Amino acid sequence: MDFELLVGIFPQVLLDGLLLGFMYALIALGYTMVYGVLEFINFAHSEIFIVGAFVGVEILLGLKSAGLLETLPWPLVLLGVMLGGMLASGALAVSIERVAYRPLRSAPRLIPLISAIGMSFFLQDVIRLVESLWRNAFNLVYPTLEPLNERFELTSTIDVSAKSMVVIVVALLMLWGLHALVNRTKIGTAIRAVAEDQAAASLMGIDVNRIISLTFLIGGAMGGAAGVLFGVQYSLINPYTGFIPGLKAFTAAVLGGIGNIPGAMLGGIVLGLLEAFAASYMSLLTGGAFGAEYKDIFAFSVLILILIFRPKGLLGEVVRERA
Amino acid sequence: MLALEALDVYYGEIHALRGVALEVRGGEIVTLLGNNGAGKSTTLKTISGLLVPRRGAVVFEGRALGGVPPHEIVARGIAHVPEGRRIFNRLTVRENLIMGAYLRTDGGIDADLDRIFELFPRLKERVTQVAGTLSGGEQQMLAIARALMARPRLLLLDEPSMGLAPVLVEQIFATIGSINRQGTTILLVEQNAAMALSIAHRGYVLETGAVVLSGTAGQLAENAEVRRAYLGE
Repeated sequence: MDFELLVGIFPQVLLDGLLLGFMYALIALGYTMVYGVLEFINFAHSEIFIVGAFVGVEILLGLKSAGLLETLPWPLVLLGVMLGGMLASGALAVSIERVAYRPLRSAPRLIPLISAIGMSFFLQDVIRLVESLWRNAFNLVYPTLEPLNERFELTSTIDVSAKSMVVIVVALLMLWGLHALVNRTKIGTAIRAVAEDQAAASLMGIDVNRIISLTFLIGGAMGGAAGVLFGVQYSLINPYTGFIPGLKAFTAAVLGGIGNIPGAMLGGIVLGLLEAFAASYMSLLTGGAFGAEYKDIFAFSVLILILIFRPKGLLGEVVRERA
Repeated sequence: MLALEALDVYYGEIHALRGVALEVRGGEIVTLLGNNGAGKSTTLKTISGLLVPRRGAVVFEGRALGGVPPHEIVARGIAHVPEGRRIFNRLTVRENLIMGAYLRTDGGIDADLDRIFELFPRLKERVTQVAGTLSGGEQQMLAIARALMARPRLLLLDEPSMGLAPVLVEQIFATIGSINRQGTTILLVEQNAAMALSIAHRGYVLETGAVVLSGTAGQLAENAEVRRAYLGE
């Protein structure tokens, strides 16, 4: 076994894992926030995420054909694309709740779940239809922002692209922003109050439906931001791309303790790291018997183990309630 | 101040309130007595908008509350301390109180917090503590304090003595009395009829969803039927 190689690639793998992990964390927030207030899994969230990526690519392609992509400063472009993706995904999430979930609020719990799965398939094909009509193609490639492709050498074997650093910094800022919003503002406290007891919250004068819409807006916007970052980082998207990352982010939310916001962040990062380490190290450690393609088996085996010993997730429900 | 006019309320097919009519005048403490299932909590829930009557009207300060959702009824000046306290266990004591003042935009919230802490010194000691870790008595104080943060003109209290030790019950009722003397009108639902009649001005007795008796607290305390059924004689 090449020990030096194992140690040598460690920082690179760590970075890849964090990158993936922050992406999962951003998506997982949408699942966990909605679960927190409605105890319901919004299975259409993976499409809300990928719609952000599509709106992002459309803005970039639009700028490119207008010849603005090279002339405008890249931070401005990135900010515009992020805002566009967040706005679109946030608005989409709010609309979905209004038409597909709210009318089913008092129905048995499986019914809105089916509605969400239907919405997920529906959106995949709507994106496909729209892009096919508009561009004659639904596999799209993110145009590159040249300055973001620059690579910085940390050591002779490890380098980091500007892109990865931007993705990590932006994701960190968003997670911090959300954390501050939910824990330090009155509206955030109202979200937590509604999550705990809707009837009691309404007796405080809180308009519960407005808070639920707001939750979908915030969760959707975070998903949209993740979509844009996903496109910037991995370039290739199609209408079905959202499904797998969505499923994994949902897993991350459960791993962290569904309904728990710091839990979703932690769960996302843990899952990202597990995947990256499995992908890079498994084949090295087993002499090639298990290649990188087995990464999901490894990552999910660990998840199952964690959940057997901590069924409520890493950070699930720490408050002991007294009668 | 508050008038219930021939209220009929149903839970599905169950006829929970049958033509309930009662009145609360400004400045009073009015108590609703009755056994479990008599419709006391249902009456409060109908006033605060959690339940919608099939027939009849809730009139508060001259305006009917029909069809008004709970969060807007709070804005009209009614706060409801629900049965079982329903404090937010995962929020801190301070956050619970801030939620009580959710609709207020005036600058008096900090001053009101100080006033609340004078009324409930225990809450001040625990202001940063997560509410789920409070004792039962402290949780009841928090539930009442939280409702007061809305600066209600009418306070609905549902079973404030439930599950509390006798010493604490005395304390809570003394506090309810002083809240009333500071100008808040109170409609009190209580199992502990002796305690309730000791601080109330007037009362109504509910049986299987209908008002069967009403009068001043003194009259009710003297009434043979009340003494037998609710005062344990």
